[in-house]
Amino acid sequence: MVSIEVWNASVDFPIFDAKTRSLKKAFLGKAGGRIGTENRVPIIEALRDITLSLKHGDRVGLVGHNGAGKSTLLRMLAGIYEPTRGSAEIKGRVAPVFDLGVGMDPELSGYENIIIRGLFLGMTRKQMEQRMDDIADFSELGNYLSMPIRTYSTGMRVRLALGVVTSIDPEILILDEGIGAVDAAFLDKARDRLNALVKRSGLLVFASHSDEFLMELCNSAIWMDHGQMKMRGGLREVLTAYKGRDPFENMPQETLDRLGLTGSPVLPNGETA
Amino acid sequence: MTPVPSFLVHPSSTIDRPVEPLAPSTRSWSRAFADISAGFANRQLWAHLGWQDIKQRYRRSVLGPLWITIGMGVTALGTGLLYALILDVNIETFLPFVTVGFIVWTFLSGCLLEGLQTFIANEGLIKHLPAPLSVYVLRTIWRQTLLLLHNLIVYVIVAAIFFGSISHEYTMAPDGHGTHQPGLGWSFLLVVPGFLLVALNGGWVSMLLGIISTRYRDIPQVINAIIQLLFYGTPIVWTVDTLSKQKDVAQAILNWNPLYHLVQVMRAPLIGQEIEPLSWIVCIALALVGWGLALLAMKNYRARISYWV
Repeated sequence: MVSIEVWNASVDFPIFDAKTRSLKKAFLGKAGGRIGTENRVPIIEALRDITLSLKHGDRVGLVGHNGAGKSTLLRMLAGIYEPTRGSAEIKGRVAPVFDLGVGMDPELSGYENIIIRGLFLGMTRKQMEQRMDDIADFSELGNYLSMPIRTYSTGMRVRLALGVVTSIDPEILILDEGIGAVDAAFLDKARDRLNALVKRSGLLVFASHSDEFLMELCNSAIWMDHGQMKMRGGLREVLTAYKGRDPFENMPQETLDRLGLTGSPVLPNGETA
Repeated sequence: MTPVPSFLVHPSSTIDRPVEPLAPSTRSWSRAFADISAGFANRQLWAHLGWQDIKQRYRRSVLGPLWITIGMGVTALGTGLLYALILDVNIETFLPFVTVGFIVWTFLSGCLLEGLQTFIANEGLIKHLPAPLSVYVLRTIWRQTLLLLHNLIVYVIVAAIFFGSISHEYTMAPDGHGTHQPGLGWSFLLVVPGFLLVALNGGWVSMLLGIISTRYRDIPQVINAIIQLLFYGTPIVWTVDTLSKQKDVAQAILNWNPLYHLVQVMRAPLIGQEIEPLSWIVCIALALVGWGLALLAMKNYRARISYWV
């Protein structure tokens, strides 16, 4: 069963400057016999007291200002940072899409990068070769797949990365805001595929500053502020509280219909007020 | 009943919170071992990355990875000839010795120098993709192994040319002085356990020093500063036989140099020399102690590496 359980988790980053990141201070500090505050490494509390329980079918959006802890939270949910206090238990195969430049070798072709990404996400080379046609079809990159990645635009990289993560049937999909670089037509296609994926097998956590993306992909939301969860609830209420206005109110009726929404605010249990 | 809008509920409300488990520690042996076994299971990943590293270095050059072989050939030939003149030794036995010495040293120092950078060099991947950390250690060792295989071509050529002089009993010093070496024979096969032992030692060095270097960035600088000294302190371009006096003292001191024993278990079988039992003992002991420390570091600091890089 796919789930993410986080209990009172905190993530503290030690910040080593050039001086403290050496043995010199460690030794000299001890020899002097004074272990004062100057000897301690400064810490950034990126996340504090996060308690969260996500289950199969959850599609959670993360909102918050820059530096509020969204990306750190995503990395913790992906299992990259293990909490310094508290605990996090992740059950299921995770597929994250963070910075699109990382984990892709600019000199290698699209095909080769697809294979490497797949290997990192726990697939075998053979399994990735079988999915190659599907990824090429979905990403619409065509002949570009045999070109080095450095010739790709940001949007093309997003297409490639989304093609890989959606083709391997992950159970937990973690997306950072970078995916906003794709055009509207592709987003339509990606939305259907992501929604089908989440329905089929798992859960989605998505950080974004775009109301539109959040509404397309998520059904609930978390508002992060100063490393803490300020609010958790239905997407519409959280967005309303965060933005100070209802983002749905000026939306054309046809979009609302497509998203299965009505013009009036929705409560967390799905009823309309 | 009117449902309560969730913004009225404090975020850390206990309503639907599951029962907290008995604090599962991030510092446990089981997670350290799970990381290592998952690392080995991801064979395709590190094998691919290691091979990609080699191809990347020689991308768009005409000869490609063949440059590795050429570079080694030139170094071994030049240094071998030079030192044979300086030390006044038989060139037909000394040149194979220097060649194999260089090849083994390149592997050893590669495991050490690039092992220090194992986690630092993979910073981006560690921060962006969840994968067992031992994958990066295996990537480093595998890359060095591939370089070694390229360099062995030089050995094959040199051994073929000088087969006549190292296939029977020989001495390195002129006029039959010095240690009598048995020459190439079935003991050649000892190179397999020899290599495995050296690679095993490379593994713990990469893991343990990789973790320490990630936290203390001075360590790679220290090793870089003394690597040249280590090279000359290890008999690669000289042997105890070529010393003019106090050979016993030199050998006694040399026995305290672990690098000497590591070089010896791989080099000796390839040029028909005998391996002292002490060399095997030192290499095995080194592997056991080293892996003990590496596992301890892995248990305690595995979860910290992504914070440190």
